[in-house]
Amino acid sequence: MGDVSVELSVNGQRRKASVEPRMTLADFLREQCRLTGTHLGCEHGVCGACTVLVDGAAVRSCLVFAVQVDGSEITTIEGIASPDGELSPVQSAFRDCHGLQCGFCTPGFVVSVTAFLRENPDPSEQEIREALSGNLCRCTGYQGILEAVREAAAAARRGALS
Amino acid sequence: MKPAPFEYHAPATAADAAALLAQLGDGAKVLAGGQSLVPMLSLRLAFFDHLVDIGRIEELKGIERRDGSLWVGAGTTDAAVEASAEVASAVPLLAKATPLIGHFQIRSRGTLGGSIAHADPAAEYPAVALALDASMEVVSPRGRRTIAASEFFAGLWTTTLEPDEILVGVSFPVWGGRSGFAVEEFARRHGDFAIAGAVIGVELDDDDRIRRSAIGLIGLGSTPERAAEAEAELAGRKLAEVGPEEVGRRAMATLESIPSDLHGSAEYRRRVGAAMVARAWTTASEEALHG
Repeated sequence: MGDVSVELSVNGQRRKASVEPRMTLADFLREQCRLTGTHLGCEHGVCGACTVLVDGAAVRSCLVFAVQVDGSEITTIEGIASPDGELSPVQSAFRDCHGLQCGFCTPGFVVSVTAFLRENPDPSEQEIREALSGNLCRCTGYQGILEAVREAAAAARRGALS
Repeated sequence: MKPAPFEYHAPATAADAAALLAQLGDGAKVLAGGQSLVPMLSLRLAFFDHLVDIGRIEELKGIERRDGSLWVGAGTTDAAVEASAEVASAVPLLAKATPLIGHFQIRSRGTLGGSIAHADPAAEYPAVALALDASMEVVSPRGRRTIAASEFFAGLWTTTLEPDEILVGVSFPVWGGRSGFAVEEFARRHGDFAIAGAVIGVELDDDDRIRRSAIGLIGLGSTPERAAEAEAELAGRKLAEVGPEEVGRRAMATLESIPSDLHGSAEYRRRVGAAMVARAWTTASEEALHG
């Protein structure tokens, strides 16, 4: 079974590699790019821990083969903060609102919420709950995460006003 | 788990993809958005020697008004359907069903054609296509043909597509007049496949009689189901004289293969299904009456 060469941009960096077609984008990011912030929980599209942005849209990287996204721009959790290390508004809100505990699910939540708030900067409570329904947290619970999303949205609106 | 090894093909046109399927035979499978196929591969529920990725074929993407119908390219993502003003105005049932598919991260990759060709009886798009009498445009090395939705779903995850045929697009009839649409599903958790659900369209005449209705059923058979007998019995009656519970009861009357599993018995699903039909009927007829 022949390897296929792919070239894509990961957090702004060009990456060229020869991959087995069956290698998922998640494994490509973790093993070839050594970006292990993208976590793998279930590996079949249920838990959301592996969520990354592909050309700006949130996707489950365990349900995409690296060969399918040849030529795309990928943003992982490592690409969410500013280059100088300053946390993004979503990351800050997760910290401030205790939206994480063990941290395993956090990269998926942060990436999903980043994409969600970009599309919908002023979401209703119901919309927030629906948006979070694709990510599972098994330890800290969802209340802090919900609060973090409200806070991130509010912070972005304050930022837009000032 | 990881999928078993396979050879990868990325044809540039639908004709090339169909030629590849003809050439590769049984060991080949079409890969569209992969949101159903990749989990099956990862769980090793399915193995294929070849995957033919149709995700880069531009002619499979798009949403267009064509005469009395709305054509949606098979490779159009659920997210694109969800965001389309054209879909919302021309085929509201499609727009209302889309947010119930998985989660938004799934909808950014999943495609309309992928869902319909996968033919899961618990999925939304197959039920909408069946209820609205959509027609499937398919291509093979022998040329193009059209398959009516009523002739398309053959069994669990099975369609009447030939092994070397590819779904190119789906045409949904555009309803006019005083019509209303609704989708209701009951699922244990948001984004799960529904235990039972209903997609409904109702059109009224100027006298508030039912000109026609479309009742598609989710998760209530080995294929998406349509309550055609109930639709026929309702046609011509005064809307005010039709109770939603009656519609639910009639819609369940002809079902013969309601699934039964650890999420619910067939009898339970029948009750849930009747309730979903009644709710969707109420919402759709309200919309038809009052806009």
